[in-house]
Amino acid sequence: MNVVVIKYNAGNVRSVQIALERMGITPEVTDDHEKIVKADRVIFPGVGEASSAMRYIKERSLDKIILSIQQPFLGICLGMQLMCTHSEENDTPCLGIFSQHVLRFNATNQGEKIPQIGWNSISELRSPLFNGITDDSFCYFVHSYRADIGSETIAVTNYCGRYSAALAKGNFYGVQFHPEKSASIGEVILKNFINLPD
Amino acid sequence: MLTKRIIPCLDIQNGRTVKGTNFVELRDAGDPVELAAIYAKEGADELVFLDITATHEGRKTLADLVRRIAQAINIPFTVGGGIASVEDVRLLLDSGADKICVNSAAFKRPALITELAAEFGSQCIVLAVDIKQNHGGYWEVYLNGGRTATGSDCKEWILEGVARGAGEILLTSMDHDGVKNGFAVDITSEVAASLSVPVIASGGGGTPAHFAEVLQRGADAALAASVFHFKEISVQSLKQYLKTCNLPIR
Repeated sequence: MNVVVIKYNAGNVRSVQIALERMGITPEVTDDHEKIVKADRVIFPGVGEASSAMRYIKERSLDKIILSIQQPFLGICLGMQLMCTHSEENDTPCLGIFSQHVLRFNATNQGEKIPQIGWNSISELRSPLFNGITDDSFCYFVHSYRADIGSETIAVTNYCGRYSAALAKGNFYGVQFHPEKSASIGEVILKNFINLPD
Repeated sequence: MLTKRIIPCLDIQNGRTVKGTNFVELRDAGDPVELAAIYAKEGADELVFLDITATHEGRKTLADLVRRIAQAINIPFTVGGGIASVEDVRLLLDSGADKICVNSAAFKRPALITELAAEFGSQCIVLAVDIKQNHGGYWEVYLNGGRTATGSDCKEWILEGVARGAGEILLTSMDHDGVKNGFAVDITSEVAASLSVPVIASGGGGTPAHFAEVLQRGADAALAASVFHFKEISVQSLKQYLKTCNLPIR
């Protein structure tokens, strides 16, 4: 299995790589167009700021490459947000794979802290990505912006209201949480992604 | 629902876990990677590693250790101790750390926090603040592992740190550290209520009830070392107990 992790100017590329290595998979971390297109699985991680990440991706024409990918593709955290239509973070047009918009958390009167940092539950799971995982399992989140709920939502989390914990459309998947840091639940999700049908 | 976090802390000296009382009298507490893996398995929500030697020569050893930890555990972890520059942080993040923790160097040069937040994002910058209640009654910031008093009120420093981009506060009461008589609940609660970022309570956790108290009073997470290292409380049984207190726990 040839797994590629897309290398760009956003954090946590390294921790995704190490997590895959713990599972016995040695991914290639690269921004080489040909290698990305030829991979069996593509992972698009990211922790950082939306507009500078999009600028970097466009400058290297990675946006066109990502949109052309036919094989299973997984965006993580900022990666998932960049797969949406638009992010409120510095008013950034994104890749438009998912129809959702990404908005900043709006603290309710319960005084939630932003960013959300820590373990929250995912529910309303409906995707082979969550095979073997029960509703209300906990995953690790670190983020200040979140995607709306829509027809592409495959998991829901509640923080300052309900939002998409994961999205899917065709071969494209995105998760807002960090499977690479979500203990055994996260490992199951990564394995499910690797084992998706081609 | 977002859960409250339980965070075992490993003080590292020359590659080994050590633990003292009120910041002194260090005892050996085992191999950090081995301990880390046990804690992760037991349900720890996160881990913190503080390099208390934090010498320049120790820096490479620490990066090697961070690499080994990252390979062994599947939960987030923070690394701190002697971090003073963007380069220090890059080395640790590249080695596999999820967050880094700054303390004395940030107090001496607050722009460090601004630089780190701009370069890596607030989500990976934890500001550690060691405090002691002084005779004037206020909680004073101490530096260099508790050896140097600053004369500064911790509340002012914490507000500045958050304004500069710290994404989390690790608040350690030196008066309570290692004594196991309970956390510094009042000041932790006050700081947590005043901030828009999470606060990790540290110093004094000796019984499960101590953890419950500080989490109920507003701390977002509770950190402890010796009770876990010397197996007085297991992470698993602590979390079971906290669930019975109606706290949101993973």
